[in-house]
Amino acid sequence: MSGRIIDFQSRPSVISRASVVGKKEGEGPLGKCFDMVIEDDMCGLDTWEAAESHFQKTAIGLVLDKAGIKAEKVDGIFAGDLINQCTSSAFGIRDFGIPYFGIYGACSTSVLAMINAAEYVDSGKMKLAISSTSSHFCSAEKQFRFPLEYGGQRPPTAQWTVTGASAEMISDEAQKNCPQIEKAIIGKIVDKGITDANNMGAAMAPAAADTIYTFLNETGTVPENYDMIFTGDLGKVGSKLLCELLEKEYSVDIRERHNDTGLMMYHLEEQDVHSGGSGCGCCGTVMCSKIMDDIVGGKLHKVLVVATGALLSAISPFQGESIPGIAHGILLSDGR
Amino acid sequence: MNISDKQYGEMVKKASPGSPMLIDCTKAFLIGGAICCFGQLLFYIYSKSGMSTDESRTLVSVSLIVLTAILTGIGVFDKIAKHAGAGTIVPITGFANSVVSPALEFKSEGFIMGTGASIFKIAGPVILYGTTAASLYGLIYFIVEKVMGK
Repeated sequence: MSGRIIDFQSRPSVISRASVVGKKEGEGPLGKCFDMVIEDDMCGLDTWEAAESHFQKTAIGLVLDKAGIKAEKVDGIFAGDLINQCTSSAFGIRDFGIPYFGIYGACSTSVLAMINAAEYVDSGKMKLAISSTSSHFCSAEKQFRFPLEYGGQRPPTAQWTVTGASAEMISDEAQKNCPQIEKAIIGKIVDKGITDANNMGAAMAPAAADTIYTFLNETGTVPENYDMIFTGDLGKVGSKLLCELLEKEYSVDIRERHNDTGLMMYHLEEQDVHSGGSGCGCCGTVMCSKIMDDIVGGKLHKVLVVATGALLSAISPFQGESIPGIAHGILLSDGR
Repeated sequence: MNISDKQYGEMVKKASPGSPMLIDCTKAFLIGGAICCFGQLLFYIYSKSGMSTDESRTLVSVSLIVLTAILTGIGVFDKIAKHAGAGTIVPITGFANSVVSPALEFKSEGFIMGTGASIFKIAGPVILYGTTAASLYGLIYFIVEKVMGK
């Protein structure tokens, strides 16, 4: 196996997890799976950015409460988000007094943060670590697109940024009845020249294909060895492209076992989200709720979660840059 | 990955659904047309109430701008515009919305660095190139008139 694959010897466990989402997400098909739905997108605060920090703060608070562990006992927190300089994470975390590692992987941040936390725990540097992430439709629109009240139209390929935050507490001891982290794969930046910022799924699909194929190849496994392969979040267009790419380039067919968290989050037509959900909070909250619930509940035993990110900035498309994609993967199991 | 950027671009084009042109154009035509009819109605009302043609025309624009600003402020305009597309962008309603929406959005950064600095974020290019084009046209018109006048 190359250095891209990390084999976690101690099988770090996710001993506590929390997902907090907004109203629209709460009305989606997974609404009942989340720990908390905050109806007010503004959270009673003055700015969208402060509201996003509040989401992340709430998720971290919940993860501590659910584990019954005080913040002082946590050795480190790995977190990131989409807002400039990752302020949503920094401001959300500042009151906890936990050593903070700010990381950025665009929408792949959820898995990237988990890989980092798991690695620190597995190597014995930490006993207890938290990974967290957040995104907010309104703060993302403001930074990357148009003001909220601007009367523009979204093309069918556009995705809807999820308002939500997730947090996972990772322990160095393998524990029963908790999802365990077996392996991870670090993404390579893949840029196939897509310049349309309204078609992120297309920009990220090649990176996801590269990560999934490399993982299968290097671990000597086939899609049938996994109960599910989740991507987050390629949406409708990106998911189609991913399956086509894997089949065409690598002769791998994952269609039977693939789902995308961007497609799971909303009722696509009814909730008018076009190609599906996106944002750090999408893969994070679905992984922390539905996917891990199914692992603990015995419905799923071994799942590969591949979070994808589009590494663009608000100005890079105007400078003629294409959109580089990245995809980090993590292998979760029930440890049985 | 062996696939070239060009080949992948073709794949993306095939996989990406286009906007439903016929529905979009019909909605734009109907809603845009309705806004224009409404403007014409206002013009009749203003003219009948004793205002001159010039005054009535100006008042129609002002009325549509104020109405758009209110609808933008109460969060209704973007819901109409989502369906109307060019139907709401092309009339003066689009211009009003493109000024009011950033004014609201960037209020959180204060009246100077927020609203003041960002109010023309969307309308800026229209204002800049619109006034430049108008000035150039005026200059050409002036020169032509001078020459022809001789």
